[in-house]
Amino acid sequence: MNARIVVGQGSCGLAAGAADVYSALAQLLDASAPATLGITGCIGLCYLEPIVDVYDAQGALHRCVRVKPEDAQRIVDAVRTQDYSLLGALLIEKEDEEFLTKQTRIALRHCGVIDPESIEDYIAHDGYQALEKVLKTMTPEQVIEEIKVSGLAGRGGAGFPTWFKWNAARSSAGEEKYLICNADEGDPGAFMDRAVLESDPHNLIEGMLIAAYAMGAQEAVVYVRAEYPLAIVRLTAAIDAAREHGYLGDHILGTDFSCSIRIKAGAGAFVCGEETALIESLEGSRGMPRLKPPFPAESGYWQKPSNINNVETFANVSWILLNGGTAFAAMGTENSKGTKVFAVTGKVRRGGLVEIPMGKTLRDVIFDIAGGIRDGREFKAVQLGGPSGGCVPAALLDTVIDYKNLSATGAIMGSGGMVVMDDTTCMVGIAKFFLEFTTKESCGKCVHCRIGTKRLSEILERIVSGNGREGDVELLEELCSSVKDGALCGLGQTAPNPILTTIRYFRNEYDAHIREKKCPAGQCKPLLTYAIDAEKCIGCGACARKCPVGAISGELKKPHSVDSEKCIRCGSCQSACRFGAVQVD
Amino acid sequence: MCECQKNKVDLMLLEPTLAEYAAVKGSLITILQHTQEIYGYIPTDAVYHIAERTGETPAKIMGVATFYSQFRFTAVGKYLILLCKGTACYVNGADRIAEAILDELGIRDGETTEDGLFSLSLVSCLGCCSLAPVMMINEKTYGSLTPDKVRQILRDLRKEAQQA
Ligand SMILES: Cc1cc2nc3c(=O)[nH]c(=O)nc-3n(C[C@H](O)[C@H](O)[C@H](O)COP(=O)(O)O)c2cc1C
Ligand code: SF4
Ligand code: SF4
Ligand code: SF4
Ligand code: FES
Ligand code: FES
Repeated sequence: MNARIVVGQGSCGLAAGAADVYSALAQLLDASAPATLGITGCIGLCYLEPIVDVYDAQGALHRCVRVKPEDAQRIVDAVRTQDYSLLGALLIEKEDEEFLTKQTRIALRHCGVIDPESIEDYIAHDGYQALEKVLKTMTPEQVIEEIKVSGLAGRGGAGFPTWFKWNAARSSAGEEKYLICNADEGDPGAFMDRAVLESDPHNLIEGMLIAAYAMGAQEAVVYVRAEYPLAIVRLTAAIDAAREHGYLGDHILGTDFSCSIRIKAGAGAFVCGEETALIESLEGSRGMPRLKPPFPAESGYWQKPSNINNVETFANVSWILLNGGTAFAAMGTENSKGTKVFAVTGKVRRGGLVEIPMGKTLRDVIFDIAGGIRDGREFKAVQLGGPSGGCVPAALLDTVIDYKNLSATGAIMGSGGMVVMDDTTCMVGIAKFFLEFTTKESCGKCVHCRIGTKRLSEILERIVSGNGREGDVELLEELCSSVKDGALCGLGQTAPNPILTTIRYFRNEYDAHIREKKCPAGQCKPLLTYAIDAEKCIGCGACARKCPVGAISGELKKPHSVDSEKCIRCGSCQSACRFGAVQVD
Repeated sequence: MCECQKNKVDLMLLEPTLAEYAAVKGSLITILQHTQEIYGYIPTDAVYHIAERTGETPAKIMGVATFYSQFRFTAVGKYLILLCKGTACYVNGADRIAEAILDELGIRDGETTEDGLFSLSLVSCLGCCSLAPVMMINEKTYGSLTPDKVRQILRDLRKEAQQA
């Protein structure tokens, strides 16, 4: 067997320079080379990109990380001489390897393993076997039953039982039904779905076909967010390949089942992740949510029965049909079965994709797998569920991950975004960040959401700029509760969550901003004062040269000082000083 | 050339798109996406032309176009900077990157430099959150940005444009 060199080419790999690494390798590998060169998608070790996997002639993996184009020669030499010790420092460290070995991968099982552009590779990894089994040996009712046994619940946020939705769409009257995949992935800071789309598109297609068969749809649409160009390219190619191989189109695998899949690119609107808004958008209109009922299962896309599932939900389906619902249900907790993928980002040492069985704790994910906080700082909070979710503090790190327990914290499971924050993140600031987001993304249909989020943002703005008033926290709480009550869709109903959770767990930070006019995290500029510690200052003048407004004065070799009237709090002096003499309070 | 002539766009370029989608219901967003790909923005003339060919009113087309953040109504520079201001990027200092761009190019969200070289647009997440802060310039993604790194990238691009 030839050795294989595989370059990780997910979005973040490419951003880190994987394309240059690939061409450097391609130049060195001629036809006589003892190795083939290929690509794979997102391995999930995004912080180590670019990654090059070298499989030797025996099939053993030597994983090289943070590879630069100039390392290509070394890799090719190692392959030629079969002396893999040549790879030396390029090889992944044990700790980093454990980032993967501590995970249980179902939805992501092929990500970073197979070539996303090769249907043959997918087929060689048990691909399309579940579809064949379903179409040739199972009735739609049996498929729905298997999904029911598995306990699979929607991974897009709401966590609704998947079998129930399929069954409802199946039972609705009418011949024309639609299946829709929600690949809008709107939570800013989450990329689980992107990974599946880019790295294992056939798995999504197979899961969708099984769902279409179960619910009785002949047409399916994938709604992909516009910011994922690579995902669209790979999925388009995969759909074409599946059609050519007889897995898509008329009389799939020679059976009576026919189904087509097409892609629709979103156009940048968070609210279009909400299922009825998504349907409006698919129909070419402004993406404004509809009143429910009727639910999409009864009347959705073009008023026909429709079912919408998230990418990750579909990514579990073929595994469940191949391995049995019971095997899936064996993982997890009483109320949440199977695994969940999280995109762990922010101030962690190892950021990337983590798939774990439900029932692990937040601490397991953030500390054991992601390595805790980087730069030796302290954990402050983790934000779950994006703009609809909340911030969970250190005291709750042992919370067990399942739908029920996470909701009890005031946050939500959400789609799987996990943004970790250290002591330099201001909690009022993060609430303001999310409210500015929801203000901008509110579709404007309901007064409470449209104007309420705006007023909430304004109050938060006033607090972080030092003009907070006594009673502002109570005002926020009151307004939050009316926005929740007065909103039609999930966007407005959950928009107050980032405020409510930060008030609940970090009330002291609100009080510090309002009463003492201080930002404990040292982030809110108007509340900072820059001063020079005369003990530490040697009078080198470096800070004064950097100050854009001439706020620093002093004689050479004598302690300098800051004129706080002039200072615009840009922080340049602090980065300029090599003696740690500039202090921020 | 008079002002109105200068703003005229070649509507023939829209033909292939309209031939394929004008009669397909629910295709308005797709048509607008193609329009923006062709002209770099949504020209007013194109809106009227699409209205005529699809039977939608210009008001409905503008209503849809203005709802989605992807659509622009003025021409953009040679390099379109999509700077991420998603949660992971925010937590990792995206504000400082925006400041560096303002400092280097003098532009904010939605603005274009006077020489027509750079435009800046803030976006919500580019899906490369592990490399935060992140930006994308003409489909190429740059990660782990620092203010200095951004300045360097922008200077390199400017040099590249001047040489071309
Ligand atoms: C404002 C808002 C945004 C949403 N964004 C997404 C999203 O980006 N992706 C997603 O799969 N679901 C999103 N949802 C949830 C969907 O409405 C829907 O519940 C989900 O796609 C159903 O699929 P599932 O049952 O497989 O989870 C969003 C909901 C709301 C209210
Ligand atoms: S709650 Fe907000 S986003 Fe949802 S329909 Fe009402 S205005 Fe639109
Ligand atoms: S923070 Fe900026 S403006 Fe203030 S003293 Fe330092 S360099 Fe000058
Ligand atoms: S750079 Fe530091 S040591 Fe030098 S003058 Fe400024 S505060 Fe003093
Ligand atoms: S894209 Fe490479 S590991 Fe995520
Ligand atoms: S938050 Fe910036 S790339 Fe996701």
